[in-house]
Amino acid sequence: MIPQEVFNSLKMRFGDGILEATLDGVPNPFIRVAPRQMKEVALFLRDDEHLLFDVLMCLSGVDYTGGKLGVVYHLHSMTHNHKIVLKADVTVEDPHVASVESVWKTANWHEREAFDLYGIVFDGHSDLRRILLPDDWVGHPLRKDYQVPEFYNGMKVPY
Amino acid sequence: MEEVLTRPSAVSGISRALRTEEMVINMGPQHPSTHGVLRLEVVADGEIVVDVVPHMGYLHRCFEKHCEHMTNYQQVIPYADRMDYVAAMSNEFGFVVAMERLLKITVPERVEYIRVIMAEFSRIVSHLIAIGTYGMDIGAFTPFLYCMRDRERVLDIFEQTCGARLLYNYMWVGGLSHDVPPNFAEKVKDFCTYFRPKIKELNDLLSYNKIFIERTANVGVLPAPVAVNYACSGPVLRGSGVKWDLRKNDPYSMYDRLDFEIPVGKGLRGTVGDCWDRYMVRIHEMEQSVNIIEQAVAKLPAGDVQSAIPKRIRPDAGEIYVRTETPKGELGYYIISDGSATPFRIKVKSPCFVNLSALPAISRGAMIADMVAILGSIDIVLGEVDR
Repeated sequence: MIPQEVFNSLKMRFGDGILEATLDGVPNPFIRVAPRQMKEVALFLRDDEHLLFDVLMCLSGVDYTGGKLGVVYHLHSMTHNHKIVLKADVTVEDPHVASVESVWKTANWHEREAFDLYGIVFDGHSDLRRILLPDDWVGHPLRKDYQVPEFYNGMKVPY
Repeated sequence: MEEVLTRPSAVSGISRALRTEEMVINMGPQHPSTHGVLRLEVVADGEIVVDVVPHMGYLHRCFEKHCEHMTNYQQVIPYADRMDYVAAMSNEFGFVVAMERLLKITVPERVEYIRVIMAEFSRIVSHLIAIGTYGMDIGAFTPFLYCMRDRERVLDIFEQTCGARLLYNYMWVGGLSHDVPPNFAEKVKDFCTYFRPKIKELNDLLSYNKIFIERTANVGVLPAPVAVNYACSGPVLRGSGVKWDLRKNDPYSMYDRLDFEIPVGKGLRGTVGDCWDRYMVRIHEMEQSVNIIEQAVAKLPAGDVQSAIPKRIRPDAGEIYVRTETPKGELGYYIISDGSATPFRIKVKSPCFVNLSALPAISRGAMIADMVAILGSIDIVLGEVDR
């Protein structure tokens, strides 16, 4: 299925939940999805027999600067051998995205990583806690405006 | 006198008049079988594993944050080396393929073939370590020494080519840092002739050893649908019987011109997707890598390896996700460029990170003594898990 058809079937099913799409002139065509509807969209993409996106290749958090954050989902179907990219844009004030952990188990750790490094909150995640940094770390280091703290537990950080 | 509880056991379902409260056992962070610094919080009911909670981050080096402070995309390559430090060539390969697609440049065939040879050598090295240390985890010390001996021969070839044995900084965007030495083809052919019988030796010594099979067959079974849902890749996925290899299914570089097979787990000694299958896939992959190397060396054209290196790398604003097949599985680079010489965002999808996330699913219901066998069969490198 070509990306345009994926977009059409999503648009037909979810209407306003699908915001826009950039399908031509980019290496990986992407579709923007309303962050709070992510789970339903993901479930549909995985289970619809013409789509069958059974693999979540990658889930990345991104800081687009200016208080805008985003989550990017790279999907692939082993059965049909087609790919699509989903994007969910959120803000620093309201960084909530519906978790897709129950759809693809691999999202569990990816979402924890995005939470850890970007502070994006995945609603409905079973175990949302830091994964790479210590539990008592303050802040989310991959944000563009992150300031390295001077001390961590009494130890000087910039050595 | 403590209260005696009666409750069904986790696996057998038989009621027992025994005190069976759950117990938490820590494996690591300093444990010889974790191959790095990984802490596993094992919740055990007697000898049976109820749950496993991995804790990592001990080797977190902020790779992605560092990338956002580089002044040139080429500077990322030495850092990429240090992710999966036992197969550094493969990490570089993924990054340069991604960058070249983003920049829309093609590199000379000689460069591509040399990269393929190096990446396959890297696969052999990585699998030798995986196999050797796996045997050692389970109690077979000798195969480890045999594996290290053969690995040295490959490292010698790397050293003659680029001066480094482990962390190479060899593949650059658009080319290579050095051409191969004059007697390279000869050395490579010598190695292939030398190495083929050694795989058989390894099979006799370890793969078909009765004790080894007892410890690994029917242990830690990962069914194919679960592996796909966890997005497992590499030998972990193929061990579960899924014929999926990016070199064939999503070809990059010169792999579509080379002839090789994709080995999958068949459950010859137990169930499909058990530890032995994952192990055996690695053995067969080494055989295939030798085939690939021989073909690539035979096809190696003459030419310059640095002509396509761009003087200044400023990709147009845009983004790309490129995945390549490293020894551990699917290594993905998600690169966002804002048009400047500094990367805006580089996210690495690490195969070890993803394969490790399936560990709790594989280990539930296993015996504590098998935890080491299961963890070893996944073949993780913590440098890549934590980045």
